[in-house]
Amino acid sequence: MTQRLHELRRSLLVSLWFMLLTFPIMVIRVNTITGTIRWRWSNLALIGIGSFVISVVWRYAMQRKTGEVRATGVFAQVGARVGAGAEKVRTVLDSPKVRVRLVSGLLAAAVAYPFLTSMYHTNIMITALTYVVLGLGLNIIIGLGGMLHIGYAAFYAIGAYSYALLNMYFGINFWLALPIGAALAGLFSLLIGLPTLRLRGDYLAIVTLAFAEITRLVLQNWQQVTGGAAGIPNIPRPQLFGMTMRLHQTTTFVYFIMLAVVILTIFVVHRLENSRIGRQWVAMKEDYIACQAMGVSIAKAKLTALGIGAVWGGLVGVIFAARTTFINPASFTVWESVIILSTVVLGGMGSIPGVFVGALVLMLLPEYLRPFAQYRMLIFGALLVTMMVFRPGGFIKKRRKAYTITEAEKQSVIEAGAEADEDTEE
Amino acid sequence: MVLDVQKLTMDFGGLRAVDHVDLHIQHGEIVALIGPNGAGKTTFFNCVTGMYKPTGGEIKAGRPEAEIQSIKGLKPHIITKHGLARTFQNIRLFPEMTVLENVMIGRDCRLKSGIIGAIFRDPRTRAEEAQVVKDSLLILDKIGLAQWANEAAMNLPYGAQRRLEIARALATEPFLLLLDEPAAGMNPHETRQLVELIRRLRDEENLSIFLIEHDMSLVMNLSERIYVMDYGKLIASGKPEEVKKDPVVIKAYLGEDVSA
Amino acid sequence: MNYFTEVVLSGLTRGSIYALIALGYTMVYGIIELINFAHGEIYMIGAFTALILASVLTIFGFNTIAILFLASIIAIVYSAMYGYTMEKVAYKPIRNSQRLSALISAIGMSMFLQNYVRIAQTSDFLPFPRIIPRFPWLSALPISMSSAQFMIFASTAVVMVLLTFLIKFTKIGKSMRAASQDKVMAKLLGVNVNKVISVTFIIGSATAALGGILISSYTGQINFYIGFLAGIKAFVAAVLGGIGSIPGAVLGSFVLGLTESLGAGYISSDYEDVFAFIILAVILIVKPAGILGKGQIEKV
Repeated sequence: MTQRLHELRRSLLVSLWFMLLTFPIMVIRVNTITGTIRWRWSNLALIGIGSFVISVVWRYAMQRKTGEVRATGVFAQVGARVGAGAEKVRTVLDSPKVRVRLVSGLLAAAVAYPFLTSMYHTNIMITALTYVVLGLGLNIIIGLGGMLHIGYAAFYAIGAYSYALLNMYFGINFWLALPIGAALAGLFSLLIGLPTLRLRGDYLAIVTLAFAEITRLVLQNWQQVTGGAAGIPNIPRPQLFGMTMRLHQTTTFVYFIMLAVVILTIFVVHRLENSRIGRQWVAMKEDYIACQAMGVSIAKAKLTALGIGAVWGGLVGVIFAARTTFINPASFTVWESVIILSTVVLGGMGSIPGVFVGALVLMLLPEYLRPFAQYRMLIFGALLVTMMVFRPGGFIKKRRKAYTITEAEKQSVIEAGAEADEDTEE
Repeated sequence: MVLDVQKLTMDFGGLRAVDHVDLHIQHGEIVALIGPNGAGKTTFFNCVTGMYKPTGGEIKAGRPEAEIQSIKGLKPHIITKHGLARTFQNIRLFPEMTVLENVMIGRDCRLKSGIIGAIFRDPRTRAEEAQVVKDSLLILDKIGLAQWANEAAMNLPYGAQRRLEIARALATEPFLLLLDEPAAGMNPHETRQLVELIRRLRDEENLSIFLIEHDMSLVMNLSERIYVMDYGKLIASGKPEEVKKDPVVIKAYLGEDVSA
Repeated sequence: MNYFTEVVLSGLTRGSIYALIALGYTMVYGIIELINFAHGEIYMIGAFTALILASVLTIFGFNTIAILFLASIIAIVYSAMYGYTMEKVAYKPIRNSQRLSALISAIGMSMFLQNYVRIAQTSDFLPFPRIIPRFPWLSALPISMSSAQFMIFASTAVVMVLLTFLIKFTKIGKSMRAASQDKVMAKLLGVNVNKVISVTFIIGSATAALGGILISSYTGQINFYIGFLAGIKAFVAAVLGGIGSIPGAVLGSFVLGLTESLGAGYISSDYEDVFAFIILAVILIVKPAGILGKGQIEKV
């Protein structure tokens, strides 16, 4: 009991500290033109209560994490039940039969979606799916390869501008631009990866950030070619055998293109993560010194991850340009990159379902919870920190593939071993 | 000869961590490198395995059936591919990967499949993957870790983690296995098992073994020749009994129990 | 005054500000090896707090000198408090986890602080009051230097001297140097590493805030976004000089400030911000350890 009281007292102190800390910025609002001050005392109360509650929860969670306290009573029961439930869901999901059903169900729903809802909702879903692809692409670099990349939006920009510019100057159509945009993004990614190959991971973070800013600034200032800050208007929408489509038909069409890209991405990433190359990436992420010592070329592993990861950014960039018919550099700021990063981190680095769910939730929630829209970035930031402190693996933690080995196979392996031994003895 | 090191020197700024060390290993030998803490043993290992670029001297190594070549200053992964594999003093497994996958990474440098193969899973890639799983299981079985194949490496007991490091190194098909304090933190029972394992590997896998170790009983019991380093220099070498009696060695270890 | 001296003077001004921010980066990196992405936000919060306080004090009718000192000192103290709190919340709990986690946490912190100021205050540019009085005797100098510029040079010089003194001769300075070389060993020798890290954040935040206040009174306007670019550039300066090295951070800052000014003055002002990033790329390719940094070999 005294322990509890002590905890509450600490939280009270924390709350007082935060009231003091946030006082000038939260409470005082000066109108410099009229020379008047607005004292927003209600904010002080809000901070006081808010930080007290958060502190109580935070301290409790921290003690749980370090194992200082165990949950008791109701908490323990609820906790145990949630844990058991999650485990049960996991085992159910692990069975291939359920998986096939789940995936086909999802697919059916996805196909039906644009016909069941309005164009407005279809558009929102296209955006969300765009972030699924962006997230999965970045996931190759960060979730599998373990390299912090904070310039991913640059690849998105490269894709978008590839299509817009190639179309404007050379009349290249959407379908041809798709692979070109993707390839250019991959190429650029390799180019910026090269100087950082010898360096430790944190440098990559800053170089990618710098690179993304350079890209944006060049797009913004190279008036003659890129149209500068005003951007490029009248980019043609995707065509289908020269058919003329109405706006809502085009939207549906773009939705299906996007869906196809999502499926393609998931397929490719899934294949890669359980292949030789995927193992190299994960090993590099987990311990790059041991990884080198085991005969893996770090340079090659890094470059493949950077290249393959960036391709998806370029690909959806092309679709983005075709869909909005207008692009400008403002769509590709650093914060765009950070949003993509958030979807990967929150969903679960390295996990395909994690990134999928993470991107959908992070993109759809703010759309439908309009009043919260302005707090979106604030909440993302807070979530990133909290996530790193309490659950660095994300909501859906990646589990490595278990190789199923039948008894017969095991036996044959052992026999093969015995034979090999005999061979050497001869 | 499988390893021939001549006048190896490694400087860190003004500090000479390894100073003109000569060392060689014959095929099939078990050789130990000992010395007080900070003598430069691990640095020596790191130079041989390419983790550090030595500042001077020469390192040559090669399979017993082939000519030995210079490997000085090569990248670690190339040296591993050449046939030298190592373990680490402080265990460096891939903690979240499974035990099997850890060994599969060891096989990596012997594989050929690439990105396109991974995406399309052509028959050759599929066959290679199946072979890797098989080979890796075989190695795990040999080291006695097969029952944990699908467990995350970090969940293994300590002694098993040390053995997994050896399994992973074996998977690279080395001719020389470099073990950096393999018995550190093990209990006497685990140490005995380890000695047995190392002997068995040498005999069955056609290996030569080079180890750094602090456990003197293990060193004296296991190795055929011993090199002693102190302050970056080689101060003695020879058979265990000779080294044990060497006054220079005793002086270097003053206070440490040599005969234990 | 000719164009060249004007450009150089403005380069030195920038350099001084970068130096004040870069110090925090380099000190934090020296001790916990973390790129504190949120460091630029502390600089921004310093400027905002000073602006708010100065406005309040003006309305209350204080005189210029009192406003200058009160607003600056309180803003610096506040920023130090922010830096301290940030470390406790976002970095201390994950000091032993993967590097990636700490970096992501730092980005989250940066995003949070930016938007906190945006929502609580405004997303518009605010005019920053001229809290630095005009020094009439400056016009006697052969080159025309504004009083804000003079204050910037003088404060940077004072901070550098104080900091060098602190690190070389005080007990906490010794502890900091020990902790930056080997945290475990320092702990064994009785250094309170937690305290050292806190002090590092406090000092780094205070100097960054000073930089924020000075530059804002020089440029005359601020918004919630100023910390981002300034932070990145100061980081580039720290890398340029050799991250972890304090004289390196100062040298790197001046090199960067001058390059930017000369580039903007003689090549193109549109690409002003690009120069910093190009320098970064070049330095990483040519000499990743920076001008004064020592090449480090990772322990295996």
